Formats: sequence, C-alpha cells, structure tokens
Amino acid sequence: MSMANFLGRLKADAASFRLSGLSKKEWAIFVLQALIIIAAPIWLLLQPGSSVAFVLFLASILCVQKIKLPLWARIAIAVVDLALIMPIVGMTSGTFARVAAMIVIYAILSMGLNIVVGYTGLLNLGYAAFYAVGAYLYAIFASSQANNFMPFGVYPLSGNWFWLFLLLAVIVTGFVGFLLGLPVLRLKGDYLAVVTLGFAEIIRLLFNNLSSPINITNGPMGITPIQPPMLFNIKLDQPVHYYAIVLVLFLITFVVVKNLQNSRVGRAWVAIREDELVARTMGVPVVRMKLLAFSIAAGIAGMMGVVFAAMQSYVDPTSFTFMESIVILCMVILGGTGSIQGVIIGALAVVVLQLQILKDVSSYLTSLTASGILNLPSWLNPAKYERLIFGLILVLMCIFRPNGLIPEKRVLQMKAKLGIKPKAPKADQTNAASKEGL
Amino acid sequence: MPLLEVKGLTKTFGGLTAINHVDFTMDEHQIVSVIGPNGAGKTTFFNMISGYYQVDSGTIKFDGHPLTKLTPEKVAAHKIARTFQNIRLFQNMLVAENILVGCYMHMKANLADIIFRLPRMRREEQEAYDKVMSLLDYVGLSGKEAELARNLSYGQQRRLEIARALAIEPKLLLLDEPAAGLNPKETEEMKQFILRLRKDRNTSILLIEHDMKLVMGLSDKITVLNYGEKIADGTPDEIRNNEKVIKAYLGVEDAEDDDAVGEVLA
Repeated sequence: MSMANFLGRLKADAASFRLSGLSKKEWAIFVLQALIIIAAPIWLLLQPGSSVAFVLFLASILCVQKIKLPLWARIAIAVVDLALIMPIVGMTSGTFARVAAMIVIYAILSMGLNIVVGYTGLLNLGYAAFYAVGAYLYAIFASSQANNFMPFGVYPLSGNWFWLFLLLAVIVTGFVGFLLGLPVLRLKGDYLAVVTLGFAEIIRLLFNNLSSPINITNGPMGITPIQPPMLFNIKLDQPVHYYAIVLVLFLITFVVVKNLQNSRVGRAWVAIREDELVARTMGVPVVRMKLLAFSIAAGIAGMMGVVFAAMQSYVDPTSFTFMESIVILCMVILGGTGSIQGVIIGALAVVVLQLQILKDVSSYLTSLTASGILNLPSWLNPAKYERLIFGLILVLMCIFRPNGLIPEKRVLQMKAKLGIKPKAPKADQTNAASKEGL
Repeated sequence: MPLLEVKGLTKTFGGLTAINHVDFTMDEHQIVSVIGPNGAGKTTFFNMISGYYQVDSGTIKFDGHPLTKLTPEKVAAHKIARTFQNIRLFQNMLVAENILVGCYMHMKANLADIIFRLPRMRREEQEAYDKVMSLLDYVGLSGKEAELARNLSYGQQRRLEIARALAIEPKLLLLDEPAAGLNPKETEEMKQFILRLRKDRNTSILLIEHDMKLVMGLSDKITVLNYGEKIADGTPDEIRNNEKVIKAYLGVEDAEDDDAVGEVLA
C-alpha cells in the first residue's frame, strides 16, 4: 500500500459512506455491533481479570471488521483496541497478554501460509517445520546450547541479539524453504501435500535426534532457558512486551504481504493458482514464482519461531508436530483462503477457542463439579474434545461457508488517469460489441 | 527470412501419430489459417509451438531462434501469445488483473521495489494499468475492469482472452478457433477485428478455424492438416480447388463438416 494510494482509498470510502439506506434488520445488527464495540473494552478495563470480558473484547475486534462504518473509523477503533486497551489489560493480566500475543503470532503465521496455500494454491502440510527452524535458530544461540559445538564465542548471546535473529531467521528459514522447494515444487496437488508433510517430519525428527554425536539440539529434552529479548539492555520478558513486539511484526508483515499481493508477483501467484499452464504461456516463470512464495512464507514462519522461542523460553520438538501445521492450515481455511483479513480472523477464532473458551468452560464445569452442583465425569471435560470441536467446526464451515469467514475479494487497487477511460461503462457495452467485432 | 519456420515436425502419443512430418512457414504480417477435420492435429500443432509438448522430431524456428526445446514461458519471451479453444481465463481474478498478468514480462520491479512500494514500482504499475485500460477499450470491454472474469458473458470472455494475449505485445498471435460459438454476424465482426488487429498491432496471426467463410475471407495462406499430415497449403483459391482437400472433407460424415464442404465447394 502506498501511503497516497491508501489515503485516497480512505477518502473515497468515507465519501461513499451512508447509514440511511439500512433496513431494519441491518440497523439492529449495526446497533448490536456498536454496543459490543463500545461496551466490551470498557467492561474489560473495569474488570481486567474477567475472561468473559476478554472473550467479548476479542469478539468486538471481529465486529470492528464487519460493522458498517467508514474505513478510517474502523481502523481507528482497531488501533485503540489493539494498541491501547490491550496493553493496559495485558499489564495487569499476563495470561491475557499471552493469549493476545499467541493470537497475533498465529495471525502472522496464517498470513505467511496464506501466500502458499491461498494465493499460489499449493497445499503445504508442513508449515510448522519452518516455524521450528526459526525457533531452534534462536534457541540454540540464545542459550548455553551453542557452547556444545561452536568453536568460538560465548553463549548464551544476550537478548540484544534478538532483533538481529529476527532478520537472520527470515533469511535462513527463507533459504531452507527455497532448498525444500527445489525438489518439492515439481510435484502437483496431492503429491506436493504429502511430500511437504514428509519434509516437515524429517525436520522435526532431525531436531529430535541431533543430540549426538554432537549435541546441537539437545534432542527430545529441548532447550531451556532461552534469553528474553532486550532493547537497549532493558529486558523485555513480560507477556505484554511480547505482545508489543508481535504487534509491530504484525504490522510489518501485513504491509509487506499486502504490497506483494498488489504487485506483478502477487498477481503471478494467483494466476498460477487459477491456471498454471496459461500463466506460463503469459510469460510467468512459474517455478521461480512458486519458490518465491515458498521462501517468503517460510521466512515469515522462521521469524515467528524466534519470537515463540523467546516467549516460551523453552523449545522442544513436540511444539512443531504435524498437528501444529494443521492448526495453522485450519486458520487459513476457516478464515478464507486467499483473504488477508480472513486468515487474521481465522487465527483469532481458533486461538481464542483453543486457549480461552474451551479452557474457561472446562474450569467452570470443574468448579461446578467441585461444589457438587453437577456430577461431570472427567472424560467429558470439554478441553479434551478440542480436536472434535475443531473437526466439527471445519465440517460445518465446509458445508455452510466453503470460502471461509471472510472470503477472498479481489479489489482493483489502481485508478485510471483522467482521459484513459473514454466511455461511460453502461452505454459502451452493446455499442462496442457491435462496433469492435467479436 | 520467414517469421515461423517448421520443419519435419512429428509428435506421437502412444501409438497415435498426432503430427507427422509437417513442414510449415509463414512470413511476417501474414494471417495464416490451419484447417482440417476434427482430430487432424491442429491444436497439437499449436501446442507444440507454444512449448506444451516435447517435440519428437523436427524443428520450429521463430524469427531465427529455435523454439523446439523451449518451455512455455520461454516461448512467451519470444513474444508469441495465444488464446485457447475452450476459453482459459484466470476465472477468479478481475478483468484488469487478467490482462496485468499478461503484462508480467514487460514489468521490471524487483522484490525490494515491491516490498517497499518504491516510486519506480508505482510508476510501472500505473503504466501497466493504463495499458490495460487502453487494451480493454480496444476490445470493447471498457468499464468492465473491476469485474471478475468468470462473470463476463461468453463473447466478452473471448475478447478478454485476446486482450490478455495482446498485453504480451506479440509478434505472433496464435488464435485457436476464435469464432467458436459465435453467430454469423459476430463471426463477420471477428473477421474485421482480426484484420484490424494485424494493422494496428503490427502482429502476425496464425489461426485454427472451422468456419470456412471466415478462413477464406481472412487468410493470406491456408494450411490443411488431415490425420496429422499436411495435405495442402496455398492461397484460399488454391485450397478451394484442391482435390485432396475436398476429399478429406467429404470423407467425414459430420454435419458441421458437411457444411464446411459446401463452403469449400462454393
């Protein structure tokens, strides 16, 4: 998004905004959404520990996406919610800040995977492998682990290196993605999916077994403690700090992905998804474009791996199983493949469900059981049915909204210069057809 | 030097010889048609020029460069564009985006330009977009730029496909049955359009067509294929009176081709 372009869109959007044309039902929805958007943050601020308020607050961010307000107003509300209210809440409640940070991390991961799955149309079932590479890259050097095999230097490196490692992870993981892509991208469809899955397992098993003869990854024991990031020698180890870091990374990724999408590269990706042979016939270097999509997506995952390792202060191979790849893929499909807003909302929905709602309901039911009101056997605990609920949601989505919560919507970014568009759109249709031929 | 020079081209699929030792030449600025009964190997011939199939034997030369072993994207780099018998647009992209994909080769922005959206890249995008608008105008689709390609009508999709091919700024344009599914009036308009295309766009055109009226009225030269072999080539008049051609068409009991024979004999 160029700034001028963006401002122009804001202006046009504000100019075309009208509330008067709404039907009764739409008005009701509008009022409800507005109520949630206003009430949820206030409630959360008054009761910073209430998890119901927190879930409602996150739902209000969903409403901001949907409500019928001009774009600038929606952006303003989102900025206030994300950059002001959330940090305030996060300072008192570390758990919520942590959940919020996880949401943003997964939102970024989904944006990355969306490049491969959504734009380019290549099913990648091994995305967590790149996440793992980034996480281990930082974990090894920001803990004493590197002392086992590095001939020089003293480890752990200080948290000041974190920022460099973010960049390094993009490059290293991007390169790993490139290397994996070389043999893999000759395959199509199902074969590609299976091979990416295989590669991801190979990488995970490598991390699991690289503890001898040279101890690089410390095997299944994992690596800990990992240095938290430092900025000018100030330790950033509170959940709310991580939230701030990932929010900045989110903004950067969002702009980069948006810019890629609206360029010859982004169009080439979608063209490959739509019809690979025709794309080639139009001169699109398909192999190079697929490799690029693969590498960029991998780079984004690697970057988030660094944050993940620092935030958990502990990595082991079980964090990067096939299930992890599937969860990210679910976010993309649930939100809407090919739609940036969609996959962000998808990440929000899945993480909230996973880390907040199911846990809350579980602990509520447990408390009821403890006080004797309800006799719930422990095998009925909702937290144990996470995957069942996931599966159900996916099945329902596929039946009722196969294109996701916010389906891909292609928008023309450019405006013709004055004088290029010579005729009124309506009149020329029949005229042109008879005049121009065909 | 001929623009396109094909020598001894052969392609077999299993036991079937789809193209058998075909020689073919065309010059710059010509409109040349390839005709023949169904299954004669016309589309296979096109697909080999486009680099879709590996050539079993023989050579294809374009503008002095060998095309024989090139991939489709390398063929495109030689400014050869094409359309398809069954329209193949990027259905879920906008009309303008379809043509912008065709502009890909003429755009230079690198990854840094794109990620930071540098002025250089923005200028290039604007230029490409202006080109798209003028192409849409040229094929009579202006005002449709922001619609999804799949929402266009059949005739509009045909025009969009040609506009997309033109975005490559082709020296040679391959049209695979451009008049398929058009009524006689539209076919006549198509004929005028193709003639105009050659004049305005400075391009040579090679087309496959079943509609004899269109072929006869348009072509500088006609090549006739039957069972993968070239049975004749020459001017429309020569083809009209060629014994082998008449026989090839009479040999097929097909309503559409019977009409064609009527046209040929007329």
